Amino acid sequence: MIEFYVNKLPVSFEGPEDTPLLWVLRDHLKLKGSKFGCGIGSCGACTVHLDGRAKKSCTTRVSTVAGKQVTTIEGLASTDGTLHPVQQAWIDEDVSQCGYCQTGQIMSAVDLLANNSSPDDDDIAKKMNNLCRCGTYIRIRKAVHRASELMTEAD
Amino acid sequence: MVFMKARNATQIDQGRRKFLVGGLTATGGFLLGVPVLNLVAEEQSNGGGSIGFFVEIKPDNRVIIGVAQPEIGQGVKTSMPMLVAEELDVDWSAVTVRQMPLGIVKTADGYTWKYGGQGAGGSTAVTDNWEYLREVGATARQMLVMAAAEHWSVPRAQCHTEPGIVVCDTLGARLSYSELAARAAKLPVPEEKPVFKDLSDHRIIGKPQKVVDAREIVTGKSRYGIDAEMPGMRYAAIERCPYLDGTLASVDDSAARQVPGVLDVFPVDGPKPGEPYLILASGVAVVADSTWAALQGRRALKINWNKGPHANENTASFWKQTTDLLAGTGQVVRDDGDFDQALAQAETVIEARYEIPFVNHAPLEPQNCIVSIEQDRALVIAPTQMPSGANRAVAAVTDLPRENIQVEMTRVGGGFGRRLTNDYVAEAAMISKKIGAPVKLQWSREDDVKHDFYRPSGMHEMRAGVDEQGQITAWTQRLASAGKYYRRPNVKPEDQFKPELYVDDFPAQIIENLRVEWLEVQSGVPRGSWRAPAHTANAFVVQSFLDEIAHASGRDPLQLRLDLYGEDRELAYGQHGGPVFNPFRLSRLLKQVAKSIDYGTARPAGRAVGIASHFTFGGYGAHAVEVTVSKAGELTIERIVAAVDCGVVVNPLGVEAQLEGGTIDGLSTALNLEITVQDGQIEQSNFHNYRLLRMKDVPIQFETHVMPWGDKPTGMGEMGLPSLAPALTNAIFNASGVRIRKLPIKDQLKKALS
Ligand code: FES
Ligand code: FES
Repeated sequence: MIEFYVNKLPVSFEGPEDTPLLWVLRDHLKLKGSKFGCGIGSCGACTVHLDGRAKKSCTTRVSTVAGKQVTTIEGLASTDGTLHPVQQAWIDEDVSQCGYCQTGQIMSAVDLLANNSSPDDDDIAKKMNNLCRCGTYIRIRKAVHRASELMTEAD
Repeated sequence: MVFMKARNATQIDQGRRKFLVGGLTATGGFLLGVPVLNLVAEEQSNGGGSIGFFVEIKPDNRVIIGVAQPEIGQGVKTSMPMLVAEELDVDWSAVTVRQMPLGIVKTADGYTWKYGGQGAGGSTAVTDNWEYLREVGATARQMLVMAAAEHWSVPRAQCHTEPGIVVCDTLGARLSYSELAARAAKLPVPEEKPVFKDLSDHRIIGKPQKVVDAREIVTGKSRYGIDAEMPGMRYAAIERCPYLDGTLASVDDSAARQVPGVLDVFPVDGPKPGEPYLILASGVAVVADSTWAALQGRRALKINWNKGPHANENTASFWKQTTDLLAGTGQVVRDDGDFDQALAQAETVIEARYEIPFVNHAPLEPQNCIVSIEQDRALVIAPTQMPSGANRAVAAVTDLPRENIQVEMTRVGGGFGRRLTNDYVAEAAMISKKIGAPVKLQWSREDDVKHDFYRPSGMHEMRAGVDEQGQITAWTQRLASAGKYYRRPNVKPEDQFKPELYVDDFPAQIIENLRVEWLEVQSGVPRGSWRAPAHTANAFVVQSFLDEIAHASGRDPLQLRLDLYGEDRELAYGQHGGPVFNPFRLSRLLKQVAKSIDYGTARPAGRAVGIASHFTFGGYGAHAVEVTVSKAGELTIERIVAAVDCGVVVNPLGVEAQLEGGTIDGLSTALNLEITVQDGQIEQSNFHNYRLLRMKDVPIQFETHVMPWGDKPTGMGEMGLPSLAPALTNAIFNASGVRIRKLPIKDQLKKALS
């Protein structure tokens, strides 16, 4: 049995140890916000945070997260429903088209901003490498800047 | 393959008003719907309070508006209800949008669709529903005004509405829609057609509205097909034959059955070569108690495949076929004036051949579907662009009556034409039927890349004659391609060319002596509709060739286009997007993008701009691209300006999003994307070798212009794409002297300049 934390709550998993974290989250814990896009760590649709850093859950075996803190998109907003500034910025800039990639994009952006509170366009181009098939990159870029402003204002 | 054109507005119009239905909801609200069939059928199908209506006014003043088309990222879930809300006259903030299921109803003479056409393809939703949904809203408003006038005992003319309220100025009285709902619901639907608001009075249409599901999406609550579940459902994956039209020879499933969680393994029969595709391929299904167990079980299968009839097909042999065919003659599909004579008399003859590859749709949500087949009915939950096709697919697998097959629509993680076909729904139905339980079928990314209805590939031969004055006097386009109607039932051989060459496209009716010819290439690669179908190929070819003509005859590429497009006038256009085409609208866009990118300004060596424009399904698009090409052939895209004219703009934010997304799709596809075949198998498999564009390749300088026209909207899902590729390759030529005639561009520049 593998025990770990998801969005601060303790969870356990009894299935095969090589099960990717993504499928444990989706099939077993019914947290559907992390998406399956490629299964090879390329697209970033499955991005979660592992001990606070962005991680692709499709290529992370559940056995490697034992005892660790996993945060998914469902755990990003406050419990009172207040959105994380990155989520708010995504709404403000009307980023989503199909929306499928956006939870992963947001998790990547939160990680980027945690380590660089005011990234420039180059930083964004380097770090925001998740795939968006609908081509929302222009608005993602704007939304990262906007989130950076929102977070600075809040400080 | 199933493609039903969405019901158009005129069809819906016939006798429609008498079928408008008002009624009370269980909670006392007011409902108004527009079933297009008789009331008896409507009542039956609506028994038990199921959704069947577009507008519902709740007692607390909230307004629920139904949307019939699936949301695939094109923004219909926002733009369609905007049409209703505008004419209903409510605040947009009071509106909640509800996705409706497939509205199939059996009638004496077949099946009909109680919410009208529900497909998402061909950029038709806004065009088809512009009159229809505004009328739904306006009729509801009419009835609320009638109810208020009755209540106050004043003539209707003394009443008008403000958002959510009916006002009587004479009495100085006001009543909210919710207060009037019960009374309005009892009124007969008025005979007289409502009067629409003036465009200038619009409060919602034409104003930027954000995606209605934005909050659900950013919090991970939005539900896609892949997120759906059904009680007692199993999980399934299919190992499909990697050979085009190959079949299963034998399978050793002993190891697969040992994988914990695997419940069952069995073969799935694919279509015979040449037959219509109900599903794409033969395979072996693995059923399990979780997605991962199904995928692991599948990995443990040991399979021998029969390689089938296309085992020798490869991309090189495909191109050889096209050149062999082009040496002969094909089907002349348009022949204006006297092309041969005009060419013989020309001062200069210009020729070029262009190659367009197969491409994969690659929506980010891989195909998936839940189906539950029961004794006498079935339930389907699927991400689909064509819910009526999903219904038909299950009927084909089960023989159940179509009216007993319910299709629930989810939000869809991208479509691009892939989900106009419902092969994955048929597969899930086959599995559910076999195991007697609900099943969720999950495709992997590899499945999606290797098994698709790819955009058709072909070689275009262009030839033009120019006279001493530099006028184009003769023009021909000869296309050797593998068309998408291949294996589609009931298509006559002489109609196979139709989705590959739209005969009324520019420059037809502008260049007098013009011939268009098609030659059919044989290939085992499945083909289908890929965003803006043949327009992506034809825009690249025609707009590249115009630049080649301009350079060969010493003319400016922009001026050449403006001269050809000519003055404001309508030309007949008989294909999808017609009935008319006004080339002047392309000139207007071109002038805008040229101005924005400083078209005439000299630039340092290696840096230049290119332009292109194209008419797609009723909408108009243009691009200007500025690039730098280094001496070693490295390409930098410095700047992109995109412009679109889609008539009346319903949602400016949505239109810009489609223009941005379409442009990026155009860039992604032009730079890197192709599907190739080796020994009868697709070579690409996942995003590492099918490299879609990422953030770092999108230029910072990116400008969009939405330029309204007239009094009707056209769709916007596809218009922003076709002109990008030729604008880019025209810029590359101007910067480097290298003419790209083969897509994708990939490393051609480096090779040419090294
Ligand atoms: S699904 Fe994990 S990176 Fe694509
Ligand atoms: S919004 Fe569709 S994949 Fe990003």
